[in-house]
Amino acid sequence: MFYRLSGVHHTRYETARQLWPIPADRWQVWILLALALGAPLYMADLYLTSYMLPWLVWSAAALSLTLLMGVAGQLHFGFAAVMAIGAYTSIHIARAGWPFEIALIGAGLTAAVIGCVFGAAALRVKGLYLVMATLAMQYLVDWVIINVPAISGGAQATLQTPDVTFLFVPMQGDTALYYGALLWAVIVTVLVLNIKRTSFGRALVAVRDKDYAASIIGVNSFKYKLLAFFTSSFLGGVSGAVLAFCYYQAVTPEQFGFNVSIQLVAMVLVGGLGSVIGAYLGAGFVLLAPIFLTNAMAYAAIQGWLTVSSNLLAHIPLMAYGALIIGFLLFEPLGLAKIYDNIRKYFLVWPFRHSGS
Amino acid sequence: MAYFLELLVNGALTGLMYSLVALGIVLIYKSAGVPNLAQGAMVMLSAYFIWMFTAMAGMPIFVSIGLAVVAMFAFGLLAERLLLRKMVGQPIIMIVMLTLGLEIFLRGVGPGFLGAAPKSLDLGIPLTPIIVGDVFINRDYLIGGIVAVVLIGLSLLFFRTRIGTKLRAVSDDHVSSWSVGISVERAIGISWGLAGISAVAAGALWGSVQGVDWTLSALLFPAIAVVILGGLDSIIGVLVAGLIVGILGSVIPGYVDPIVGGGTRNVVTSLIILFTIMLRPHGIFGREDIERV
Repeated sequence: MFYRLSGVHHTRYETARQLWPIPADRWQVWILLALALGAPLYMADLYLTSYMLPWLVWSAAALSLTLLMGVAGQLHFGFAAVMAIGAYTSIHIARAGWPFEIALIGAGLTAAVIGCVFGAAALRVKGLYLVMATLAMQYLVDWVIINVPAISGGAQATLQTPDVTFLFVPMQGDTALYYGALLWAVIVTVLVLNIKRTSFGRALVAVRDKDYAASIIGVNSFKYKLLAFFTSSFLGGVSGAVLAFCYYQAVTPEQFGFNVSIQLVAMVLVGGLGSVIGAYLGAGFVLLAPIFLTNAMAYAAIQGWLTVSSNLLAHIPLMAYGALIIGFLLFEPLGLAKIYDNIRKYFLVWPFRHSGS
Repeated sequence: MAYFLELLVNGALTGLMYSLVALGIVLIYKSAGVPNLAQGAMVMLSAYFIWMFTAMAGMPIFVSIGLAVVAMFAFGLLAERLLLRKMVGQPIIMIVMLTLGLEIFLRGVGPGFLGAAPKSLDLGIPLTPIIVGDVFINRDYLIGGIVAVVLIGLSLLFFRTRIGTKLRAVSDDHVSSWSVGISVERAIGISWGLAGISAVAAGALWGSVQGVDWTLSALLFPAIAVVILGGLDSIIGVLVAGLIVGILGSVIPGYVDPIVGGGTRNVVTSLIILFTIMLRPHGIFGREDIERV
């Protein structure tokens, strides 16, 4: 149907190697971008600030993590700590009176350096041990942030974000904040898409598939693992800063706890490891599904169809989370991206169909 | 000095009670090669089971512990049959996330259906501490430590029985176990059931110490430190590493907490994990993994 391939002839390498070789994919991306750009026009403020904006920022964070976990194959269970480092660094730089642009870059660099230190320590091991080491990093960073008053502003403190301008645009009001988040999401998306088709990305994939084999064909696996940690932590740190400035407008240590790390890993896994569109789908699904379920149950309870205690209602997000992770791993290990891919492939050969399964 | 001794003794006993949680992880890893991150939630679940049988059904405590053993054995078998068996051959991240998903799910189910407020579990252990010289010893911890040592001893003996030998064979190599007629699936199921039973012991004791609520599942973190330090597939490692984690996690915070303002125990646990992984990833007694291209 609209994914028609006939008549699409790539006569030069550039056209065959472009990001979206199929015209249908291209116009879909443009429509999505137009929809995202026009969102403040047709979307109520409530939806814009409490659904669209966090979705975009969390997608950017999930993309940074998918670069590390999906493309480079290094598991990271402390990514919220990386984001926390970014958020706290940016807020301290901005409060010291420096421009917001420098605060963002500083956030990324600090997160990348600290992430790399832990990465280098942990890179002797892989798989399960890497999970445990990054888990330990999460607890250590949390503790340092809470217990060093110079960072957190004292125990149980909330640091408000100062008013900042980004490229001469004051970051106030829902629309400006939304465009800030959108800009960051677009930058990360384009970056990750391009990393996947460069030599750097191919080296990462080689390391992911088998690091010994990669070193045999001349890929310095330690260097590329470290580079993956650096890039991904940089993006994660800036995402944390964007999250703090555009969405929360304040930071507390609880915003970046261990459960947030798990949430991020869930986004990546539910979306599909290493997939860019999967990061968006996964972030949306993980953010929205518990809210939707809770609302549905609350509605059913109000209508009197079933009796739900408020206590049970409060725990539905957790249950939904666990069940989502389990369900996806059991029934669609490649995540939502695979479902999207199946649909796309169906339309690629429409009106014919693949035989078999 | 008395302060140090008290920290040391109570730390050692707490550490033994961590071993009780860690034992379940090792039992499963030893046979199935699966790191069970749901063990914390299984401890919580068994504490909830015991509480349900005593407080809601009004049964005596030891009967309800027995019933909880049955329930958790069944839970272990079911978890293996319904969840883990489908994941054979998948990459490790999938399996880790699956057990973590189970942990999160149970963390919602337990408090969600039974109420989030902490519930007390009375094992009939008197609250008065035992006083040896200047040292106060908590009776709960003492009994917990004894139970832990007994259970670890029992599991060491268990691996010398017929079923235990099969489990050891399975832990060595799945394919060759199949070829000599050992049912790998059943062996792994049994190890999950045994992990459920050790979770009941941990749940009863920890539940009586700190009450039954979701925080019981947070015991996963010290238990992970214990298994990493001791070696993921070593039962004797659980005992030794439990003592080390418990003592360090009690003595260091005992002196450092007043200076920095608390929460050092998690830091000590994290550092133990990090240093073990940096210096000797397979732990003190663990078997080193050798990988081929």
